[in-house]
Amino acid sequence: MATDDDIPVADDSRLGGVHSVGLVRTQSFTFAEPPDELELECGQRLGPITLAYETYGELAPAKDNAVLILHALSGDAHLAGYHAKDDRKPGWWDLMVGPGKPFDTTKYFVICANIPGGCKGSTGPSSPNPKTGRPYAMDFPMVTVGDMVRAQERLIDHLGIERLLSMAGGSLGGMQVLEWAVRYPERVASAMSIAATARLSAQGIAFNEVGRQAIMTDPNWRDGNYYGHEPPRAGLAIARMIGHITYLSDDQMHEKFGRRLQDRETVGYDFKADFQVESYLRYQGDSFVRRFDANSYLYISKAMDYFDLADKYGSLVQAFEAVRAEFLVVSFTSDWLFPTYQSKEIVRALKANGVPTTFLEIPSRSGHDTFLLPNRQLAETVTGFLANVQRRVRSPAGKGGRL
Amino acid sequence: MIFPRRDRPKKLRLDYELIESLVPDGAKVLDLGCGDGQLLSELIENNRCVGRGIEIDEEAALACIRRGVPVYQGDMLEGMGFYRDGQFDVAILSQTLQQTSSPPEVIREMLRVARRAIISFPNFGHWAVRLQLLGGGRMPRNPLLPHHWYNTPNVHLCTVKDFREFCDREKLVRVGEIFLTPSQRRISPLLANWRAGLAIFQVERAALGA
Repeated sequence: MATDDDIPVADDSRLGGVHSVGLVRTQSFTFAEPPDELELECGQRLGPITLAYETYGELAPAKDNAVLILHALSGDAHLAGYHAKDDRKPGWWDLMVGPGKPFDTTKYFVICANIPGGCKGSTGPSSPNPKTGRPYAMDFPMVTVGDMVRAQERLIDHLGIERLLSMAGGSLGGMQVLEWAVRYPERVASAMSIAATARLSAQGIAFNEVGRQAIMTDPNWRDGNYYGHEPPRAGLAIARMIGHITYLSDDQMHEKFGRRLQDRETVGYDFKADFQVESYLRYQGDSFVRRFDANSYLYISKAMDYFDLADKYGSLVQAFEAVRAEFLVVSFTSDWLFPTYQSKEIVRALKANGVPTTFLEIPSRSGHDTFLLPNRQLAETVTGFLANVQRRVRSPAGKGGRL
Repeated sequence: MIFPRRDRPKKLRLDYELIESLVPDGAKVLDLGCGDGQLLSELIENNRCVGRGIEIDEEAALACIRRGVPVYQGDMLEGMGFYRDGQFDVAILSQTLQQTSSPPEVIREMLRVARRAIISFPNFGHWAVRLQLLGGGRMPRNPLLPHHWYNTPNVHLCTVKDFREFCDREKLVRVGEIFLTPSQRRISPLLANWRAGLAIFQVERAALGA
């Protein structure tokens, strides 16, 4: 979620390094052209829909090595590598994707698409409404996690892939993983849910609502019609600051900032940023408004709030009845936004259905954002899980069948 | 519920082989405290079993993941609680019973999720153990019980006799007993409570009405 500027890039992951996918470019795929618009869960129709996506590695002739990565709230299709030679930093999960990395692009064909509702090349509230020629703004229909997954399925069709070897996502990405495995069981051989939940908690909804209120009460928001005007920077920056607090942990904040002062020797008895943590949050907020659309933040955070597999299918156990994928569920000890108990709910319902499920709670001090940071256990887990899934898919008389 | 077992005794190879031989081909197997997943992996590879493991130690669970054994990293009672009644044919508890905080609860759960439980444990009634306490006046230590009193994860040690009595009290049917000396030689049940370093019991719940 953070696309944190602090993540160090190892030399061999820089452009030209042996572990870098190198220069990549974003592609796009458009479907649901009128009159064949996609009918959304909210009942409205959306079309045409463009998905921005990137791919890395080569699709095997048997088309059995495709791995779909699903991004979180503020992510995009740019998963790994660089768009230009002078890019300061690589894609958001470059730590995990590349030659010799857990999602090893010499073995797997890795795909990542920007979600519909987003603002990074896929159709969203900032895209032109074909009916008016102006940005949709709040005329954009509500797009649920289910709709995001339905759109991605069309992309997978377009790429000629029948069945995905695996899929992985953290946070909102993990919600999409669950939705995928339930909605298209025959198309998913394995699935990795990282720091996710089958239904957003009241606490999660609460934080999202504070973020939305910050945006919507900014006078520059103008009921969403700020395109061509000054956008609601202050509101979006506050939303991002709140988000950032929830992605970190008390422990990590203490370690990273403590009560250290920023650019001053003593407190100023004013309302400038005294403390490093304040200046950090202001920086995160400011840098976010330069790259993200406030309306997209509203729509995507709302999609997270609506996500509830248990409610939709009667219970989580019933929801997972259809699942054919084998599962890896990972949580982090210090994640208080998507706490371990929520991952365990997923595990319980998968196990009740006899689904081969591996669960690991990784010790971490970095909170919800751990999945975006260097983490040996996560890297080894993904590496091991994927290697075994690929072995099984290629010689099906293998381990871990359904109970 | 059980202690981290970074310094756990190396599991006896023969214990694994015997347990493996007790598991029917194609059985659905749950291994509690499955460690690095070696036993499960062999059951899955060699006996076409469907296997699941539960292991509290993250590094051991990572080893399971590398082997491709589905593992639940966490408390075994909690992990078992996620399964429905009778989802397994066999539940295995290899050299871990004595480390659980509540052996009766663990065994009851094993026999809820599985038809049969295979349980191996170090026999505290072995003559050398008795001698160390009687003659040496110190807490016994041997390759199966390598810890000192102050760092042992073993909180519920028992003897062969204790376990048989426990089975009777819990109305469990002992469908098989295997005994090994500390040097991994298989021995007859004769004077097992004196001679066995390790015992492997197979137990089932008594049929209703029995």
